[in-house]
Amino acid sequence: MSRLAPHLLDARLRAARSLVWVASGVLVGMYFRTQIIDHSKYDVQSRNNRLRPITQPAPRGIITDRHGVVIAENVPGYTVALWPAPEDTLRKTLQRIAPILHLDAAAIERVLQRYRRAPYQSAVVMTDAPFDVVSTLEERRLTLPGVVIQTEPKRYYPDSAAVAHVVGMVGEVTEQDLAGPRAAPLRVGELVGKDGLERSYDDTLRGQDGERFVEVSALGYVVRDNAAPDLLPVAGASLQTTLDLDLQRYVSRVFPAGMSGAIVALDPTTGGILALYSAPGYDPNAFVGGVSADYWHELSVSAAHPLLNRAIQARYPPGSTWKLAVAAMALRRGVATMNTRMAIPCRGGLQYGDRFFHCWTQGGHGSLTLEQAIAQSCDVYFYQLGLKLGLTSLLEDANDWGFRARTGVDLPGELQSIFPSGPEYFDRVYGPRRWSSGVVLNLAIGQGENTQTLINMVRLYQMLAGDGKSRTPYLVRPASEPPYDLGLTPEQLASLRGAMINVVEQGTARGARLSDLKIAGKTGTAQNSQGANHGWFIGFAPADDPQIVVGAVLEFGHHGTVAAPIVARVIAHYLGADTTAARYRFVLPNDSTPTPPDNRLLGAPPPDSLSVDSTHAPEIP
Amino acid sequence: MLRKFRKLDRPLLLVVIALAAYGLLTLYSAGRTDVVTIVATIWERQIAWLVLGIVGAVLVYRASPRLLEWAAPYVYGITVFVLLLTLVFGSGAGTAAGTRSWITIAGHRLGQPAEPAKLAVILMLARWLADRREPPASLRDLAYPGAITFVPFLLVVLQPDLGSALVFIAILFAMLYWAGARPALLLLLLSPAIGLTVAFSTVAWGAWIVLLFALVLYVRPYLWEGLTVMLANVIMGVIALPFWRHLAPYQQNRLLAFLNPEVDPRATGWHIIQSKVAIGSGGWFGKGFTLGTQKRLAFLPAQHTDFIFPIVGEELGFAGVVVALALFTSLLLILLRVARRATDPFSSFCVFGIAGLFFAHILENVGMAVNLLPVTGIPLPFFSYGGSFLLTCCLCTGIVLRVAWESRQSGYADLGQ
Repeated sequence: MSRLAPHLLDARLRAARSLVWVASGVLVGMYFRTQIIDHSKYDVQSRNNRLRPITQPAPRGIITDRHGVVIAENVPGYTVALWPAPEDTLRKTLQRIAPILHLDAAAIERVLQRYRRAPYQSAVVMTDAPFDVVSTLEERRLTLPGVVIQTEPKRYYPDSAAVAHVVGMVGEVTEQDLAGPRAAPLRVGELVGKDGLERSYDDTLRGQDGERFVEVSALGYVVRDNAAPDLLPVAGASLQTTLDLDLQRYVSRVFPAGMSGAIVALDPTTGGILALYSAPGYDPNAFVGGVSADYWHELSVSAAHPLLNRAIQARYPPGSTWKLAVAAMALRRGVATMNTRMAIPCRGGLQYGDRFFHCWTQGGHGSLTLEQAIAQSCDVYFYQLGLKLGLTSLLEDANDWGFRARTGVDLPGELQSIFPSGPEYFDRVYGPRRWSSGVVLNLAIGQGENTQTLINMVRLYQMLAGDGKSRTPYLVRPASEPPYDLGLTPEQLASLRGAMINVVEQGTARGARLSDLKIAGKTGTAQNSQGANHGWFIGFAPADDPQIVVGAVLEFGHHGTVAAPIVARVIAHYLGADTTAARYRFVLPNDSTPTPPDNRLLGAPPPDSLSVDSTHAPEIP
Repeated sequence: MLRKFRKLDRPLLLVVIALAAYGLLTLYSAGRTDVVTIVATIWERQIAWLVLGIVGAVLVYRASPRLLEWAAPYVYGITVFVLLLTLVFGSGAGTAAGTRSWITIAGHRLGQPAEPAKLAVILMLARWLADRREPPASLRDLAYPGAITFVPFLLVVLQPDLGSALVFIAILFAMLYWAGARPALLLLLLSPAIGLTVAFSTVAWGAWIVLLFALVLYVRPYLWEGLTVMLANVIMGVIALPFWRHLAPYQQNRLLAFLNPEVDPRATGWHIIQSKVAIGSGGWFGKGFTLGTQKRLAFLPAQHTDFIFPIVGEELGFAGVVVALALFTSLLLILLRVARRATDPFSSFCVFGIAGLFFAHILENVGMAVNLLPVTGIPLPFFSYGGSFLLTCCLCTGIVLRVAWESRQSGYADLGQ
């Protein structure tokens, strides 16, 4: 028993006790470190472990017109989604609900693919689900665990195609958008503005998405809804535009059906756009919740390109509407006054060098003052005025007045108007000394290397209607661009307006005359080598105190006299004049400019546009 | 009969009852998950096992240590036989589905023989050590107790259940130490295992061999013993790599994940990370009884067996952990006291062996939950669900209570008080 002698045992006992104490101490120390010192770290981890945020989309801001009438709003839409779960479970559930939602195998794969891009978010199966689908799913709710029907704000445009090109559309964010710079970070599946105001003011309109927290188990199943207080979505700011929805609707109604073209109306004192319409239109509501393949195909194959905003994204030769710009240049430079007569009276054309430049009327206008030449749109007069002005001055003024620029309207995708930057342009195109000063003849009557967007031409008339200074056209906020200035005296401006009134009263646009309203304006016919000419009319009223400028361009409209009555009706509607009582007598003058014979030298359209049928114009519906 | 109960070791009984109650409550909480699983009702079955364990403890308590001493070889023999049967007919279950740890008759899993085998080894070692007059002084003296331990150790390793098997080694070393074997000698006995561990680095292994040589010179065993130890270490160094490859992948992963849980955060490391998150998120006072989110949402693996202690940490916080560790420490200290005051060597060895058994289980189970030790699936006494182990713990408690009672009977208790 010696080895169990008490003193030996006590020594071993002490050692064993020490071991127990040390081990306990180490364990307590380890737990203290884990639970107390590192507590916050593990606390965060345990929260992240279980809480998954489910995005609650914020409603986009409402877009209204100048009077607060709604142009774009949100209505409740139903989104069918699946709670996050293992992929096998999702696939099984999808196959079960496939007959109700009319999903094919490819659609199921798309849902799963999206889910993989944003795991732990609910898997969106169908946005904007029709009500019968929703009610069928609700009936079978108990047998379909994991299926959630969320009400989400859905974009709605009550006026549909009438406002399509102004408001644009929304769509799901693309990979490109995600990579691009934005004021706020975007998430997969988020709706962003794709065109129009929705795109220009996307950062304003897009709200801040909320989050709802669900508790998820280690296996990925949602075990509890509302596991933490929701972060409520913050709606986007609403947007008041300068648009007059009533006028916009009227424009869409009076626009000749089946024709392509655009109408822009703006307030000349501010540049605020009152109406902007492009035809043919499209239904922006069809893009909410993903455009259907059929509709997209229909839009993209259509020869009329309905998605094109013809007010800002199409360029046309300005034709005779340009003559006001040349007249303004001549007045400003003192080359002519309103009473100046040219050396050669109009006898149906002008011999310049070895070429004969036609006037639009074979009979000729005789000797005219500038005022009369504007009213009659006499080409021969303006050929001579252009020569008097000189190419350099004409190019200089046109560039100074923004005819080679964008207006800076707050809509996406505006095209830059085309105009030669200077004489060196011709050197580059034709070679030095290979061109004559004859190009100035074409440029003087709105032909040649000159194509303008409708909105840019409307801005010219806005300058003429007001104090000669430009106001950048805008829908929500004007761009802070320095204004262009025609540099004309108020008297000169008034005399130009007087000439334009004559256009309407007795000149080429007599169809636009309304019995009790003085409208100033100018027609134009843009030579089109591909078919019938495009018709222009830009006018404003009342002529003594302009409150509205309206420009219209009608593709294949043959002549500006077709556009003039439409513009007149729009103006009359806006100003509250009685349009029904007015008698429209369609006088059918033709101020289209004959093509110069030598288009090799002058780069003008081919001669087939010479054969304009001067006796026929389409009926105005 | 009444006198026997009046003279019970009250502190021991109170600590064990407290631990059993604490463990049962924790096990109840383990079943309170959001997605209800089979774990929800196992606390009821644990009560049934506890009742069975109490009956067993009472029976053992009423039996004389002499009876146990006499029965030890038979118990040991039957245990080895059952372990052999388990290897042939055994089946996996629960968190150790891939092994042959369970004895199954006609589809009913009866239990894990490895657990009572620990008690059998304790009894057998106690009997052999008690019969000797001198402490084991040479490696040859250690051959017999080594063999007693090695047979069940090997049978359990083959199941394979390395964690449980290592408990046998812990018991052996605890009892040899209590028998008076020199620590240096025990170190020599352990040296091949250490050699195996350090063999993965040539430099470390070389340093170890030098150190071992110094140790051999210090202990001065018989020449051939010294040579054997050196040779064994060299062999271990050689076979280390093949042995590593022979380990089951889950065993390899467990060791690797112990070194760095982030190595494999979705598989083995996952257990450790989630366990630490559960414990760490508990803070001072926890998330409230049954309210632990890690557990409720099934982030905590094997929350009713191997990883039951993190529930205490998560729901009752550091306070709950300290209470549990205080109870366990008290239990171990009481066991040491009882072992010291035992009236005969067999009883003393038994109690000390039991202390070694509990110590190994507590340290490993509580330690692995905070990544202090590698993950092995050995249960926490009185907490983890498992009939065999709970029964074993109850029987152990019965033996210790009997030994304590005997020492009181002989008036020993008064000496210390």
